[in-house]
Order: sequence, then C-alpha cells, then structure tokens
Amino acid sequence: MAKLPKGGLSRFVAWVNGEEVVDDLKHGHHKEKKTKAKYLPHLTMEQRLLGYRILGVLICSIFVLILLATVSKLPTFGSPNNPASNEVVERYIESGIEETGAINLVAGMILDYRAFDTFGESNVLFLAVISVVMLLKRDRNNFDEDDEKILNEDIDLDDEDDNIILKRFTMIIFPLITLYGVYVILNGHLSPGGGFSGGAIIGAGLILFDTAFGQSAVRKFFNFKRFTYISVGCLLTYCACKSYSFFTGANHLENIIPKGIPGNILSGGLILPLNICVGLIVACTMYGFYALFTRGEI
Amino acid sequence: MEHLMHNYYEAAAVILFGIGFMNLLLQSNLIKKFIGLNIMDTAVYLFLAAKGFIYGRVAPIVTSGEAVIERFVNPVPSGLVLTGIVVSVSVTAFSLALIIRLYKVYHTFDMDEIMKLAREEEKREY
Repeated sequence: MAKLPKGGLSRFVAWVNGEEVVDDLKHGHHKEKKTKAKYLPHLTMEQRLLGYRILGVLICSIFVLILLATVSKLPTFGSPNNPASNEVVERYIESGIEETGAINLVAGMILDYRAFDTFGESNVLFLAVISVVMLLKRDRNNFDEDDEKILNEDIDLDDEDDNIILKRFTMIIFPLITLYGVYVILNGHLSPGGGFSGGAIIGAGLILFDTAFGQSAVRKFFNFKRFTYISVGCLLTYCACKSYSFFTGANHLENIIPKGIPGNILSGGLILPLNICVGLIVACTMYGFYALFTRGEI
Repeated sequence: MEHLMHNYYEAAAVILFGIGFMNLLLQSNLIKKFIGLNIMDTAVYLFLAAKGFIYGRVAPIVTSGEAVIERFVNPVPSGLVLTGIVVSVSVTAFSLALIIRLYKVYHTFDMDEIMKLAREEEKREY
C-alpha cells in the first residue's frame, strides 16, 4: 500500500480496505488552496443551496412536462393495435408452447427465447452480492472495535430475550414459507412465478428464521462456504445448460432434452432446471444481503 | 390533453418518475436519495406494465383453450420489468453498502456534510 503514489487510487484502496484515511492525511502538506468559487463568487453558501434547490425543482418540472407531452402523443393505452404488440409477440404467444414447452409464456420467453438476458440478470445479482461482501464483510481489514462491541451486546440481548411468540410462530411458518417458495420455483413454467419470485420467498423465509433464532442457527445449514458453492455452482450450471442449448437447439437442430407434455411438471426442456438455478441464486443473494447488512458476515 | 386522460397510467408513471428524480436531487440524506431512485425505478415498471396491457385480455398463461394472440396481453414488457427489478435491487444494495462505508469514515449520512468534510480533507492534503 505504501508504494502507491499518494493519489486518488491509493486513497480509494485504503478506503475500501477500511483504513483510516482521515488521520493519514493530517500529516500531509499544509499549503492553502484558494477556495473561491469559479462561478458567481459573491453568493454565500446558503444562497447557493437555495439556488440549487430552485433550479432542481425547475429542471424537474420542465422534465416532467416534456415527458407528459410525449405521453400525450403515445399510442392509446390498452388498444390492441398499438405498435408494441407486433409480430414478435405473435410468434411468442402462438408458437411459444410448441417451441419452449412451457404454458407460462413469460417463463418460456425469459428462460428460452431470452435466456441469455436472464443469465445476465443472475450475473448482475451475483456481482452485487460480491460487491457487498467486498465492502461490508468484517475481516481483518474492515474491523472496528466499537462496532464489534455493539454487535456482541445485541447478540447477548437477543439471547437473554425468550422471544417466545416469534420463535413459536417461526417454527410453524418457516417450513410453510420454504415449501411455498419451492412450489413457486418448480411451477415456474406452469403458473405465475418462477425462479426470481420463488427465490425471493425462500430468502424471506431464511431472513425470518435468522431474526427468530439468530445467525448461529442459520450457520448450521447455511454458511459462507455453502453460500459461495451454491451461487457459483448454480451460475456455472446455468451457463453450461444454456451454452449446450445454444450449441444444439438454438440453431433449429434437434435438442436431446425432450419438451414433455405442456402442463406437466417435467416439461419445458431446460426451463425447470434453469428456474431452480435462478431460484437458488436469488435465495442466497437475498439472505446474503440481509446478513451482510446486519452483521457483516454470512 | 384528452389523450393524456386515456393514457393515465403512463402519465402517472411519468409524474412518479419526476417525484423520484426530485427526491434524488433535493434530499441531502443519502438514504432518502436512494429511496428517490427506487421511486424512479417503480415508475419505470409501471410504465412498462402499462405499455404491455391490452383491454379484455388475460395474463399470458395458457391453462386452457388455444394460444392465439387475441386472448393474451403482451408478454415482452413483463420480462423487461423482471430485468428492471433485478438491476434495481442490485444497484440499491451496492449503493447502500457504499453509504455504510461512507458513514464509517465521516459519521454522517448528510451529503452536504460529507462534501464539506471531503473538501476540507483535500485542502489539508495540498
């Protein structure tokens, strides 16, 4: 760290690592820099702030007015002839079942016709959780004794409290929430729902379990290692499935995986495994966000 | 103006977008700023969902009957809204993490305070 030049990058690196930037700078040079504003130097700070606010409101109003004028020229709401429902939509609806095997046409669209887009979404979620881990995970670089003390006090207070209503209720409702999440994921190609919504439901269940029984209870079946394995494994499975499909099926070649009878659970070719992958990633991500934001570790 | 009354979903979405944008500009509390950003995201979802809707048609799930275009609404905006939600969640989580790190350095959520402190720091550096 010391070898880096004293510029923006090294400060940023130090900041990311949680080192004290402020104290380090106190020993720097004390050359006074002119702080006179470039534009309208005779205004005070308050006047500048007021001007900023007035300008902000003005710009926003003009912006909204322009957008409203645009809306008034858009095609009529709810009309069947508007240009959004073109031949693409016709193809998706009329040959969607035959080509993807899913009776939920949205699931068929996002996990078959546009599966690459959904892969990108899963990657975005994974990247977000990786960035949050980077920024908030408490390790030797990001460590604060006061925070640690407050956190331990919180945990002790939670242990002292019985929380009998919360615990009993969670014992009843946590299996139901998980079951419902699994149902939503597995029925993604048959009914409303899919990997994203089902994963969010399972993640919410995990968060409830965490609030009731504490992180040590969750750690017994879901720790950081498993979190990493599940997320990366699901992303790689998705990637492998979809590359396979691109190599064999997307080019109107015969796909080995059968489509099945539309309406059955085991139908829709790759849609079901892809939904499971996405659901697991989303559940891990949701719980990961919660755990990282509350305690800085999974 | 009359057309605006027909397109009231889009009009509401645009106004909501403006409210979110104004929140983003005028709030000095960083967390409130990102609530404003989330309002903007919601406006975009409303706009997309409104673009896909067609009167008298149902959600594109073929439980019975034929799959003909006259029965179902447009499925493409639904997929786009999904993308939007995922990106919004990711961006919100990332920015909140950054805000927590900023709080650890400057001990305030106020944007103006942080800018002032950062400027003072910079002055000390030169």
